[in-house]
Amino acid sequence: MRAGIFAALCLAFAGTAQAETITITIGKATFMPAAVSARVGDVIVWDNKDIVAHTATARDKAWDVMIPAGKAARIEMKKAGDIEYYCRFHPNMVGKLQVAP
Amino acid sequence: MTRLKTTIALVAAAMLAGAGAANAQAAKINDAQIAHIAYTAGVIDVEAGKLALKKSKTKAVREFAESMVRDHAAVNDKALALVKKLNVKPQDNDTSKALTKQAAAKKAELSKLSGAAFDKAYVANEVAYHKTVNGALEKTLIPSAQNAELKSLLETGLKIFQGHEQHAEHVAASLK
Repeated sequence: MRAGIFAALCLAFAGTAQAETITITIGKATFMPAAVSARVGDVIVWDNKDIVAHTATARDKAWDVMIPAGKAARIEMKKAGDIEYYCRFHPNMVGKLQVAP
Repeated sequence: MTRLKTTIALVAAAMLAGAGAANAQAAKINDAQIAHIAYTAGVIDVEAGKLALKKSKTKAVREFAESMVRDHAAVNDKALALVKKLNVKPQDNDTSKALTKQAAAKKAELSKLSGAAFDKAYVANEVAYHKTVNGALEKTLIPSAQNAELKSLLETGLKIFQGHEQHAEHVAASLK
């Protein structure tokens, strides 16, 4: 009986597909890791360890996140798809998010 | 435009001359001189950015200039903190002198321009200037740097400044 309740709880828990927080570190003007897989509802955090400000700007202009020097900034993934992004201040910095439904 | 090109060529030649001398006598360029060259190059671009913020009304140009002032000041602050920690006194040298001299000439030239002519000349010079300084960092200053922390700061700086070069190219393309 107890085992049955436990199993049911586990299933319920798994079914809600907990949103995750995924951290991308910025150092030496580089997004690390450069490619990240996520799901809709996950939160992407960019943790900027550099001494200069950066942005994470979607190529399709869906979002534009300012990340001040030494600070972190976050955004929730609202739709599925492959999104390429870059830093507006340093366009040689590029990254990719693969967001599953 | 011809004069602009001539100036760019002169700066490039001065940097190359400096770089050539450094290559021929690798021991002749020390960390104190490298720090001075890198710091001087940063100050020059902060000054150019401030001039652009005074003269330009174009959004893309102003954003770029703000970014230059902010980034080069941040990297130079870090460089100053590092030389203090390492107890190194930045040392004036021929390359720094050539950079400063060329920058003064460029500033005088840009100061006479306004509007679209200023925007174009400023951004074109930023492309050329970052190309020259990045080349010097990559080929001479970073390989010659002895101190690991100085080398690391220069490497981070190079990546940031390569970003500036691309940013400047994008702004230049948007002005056409």
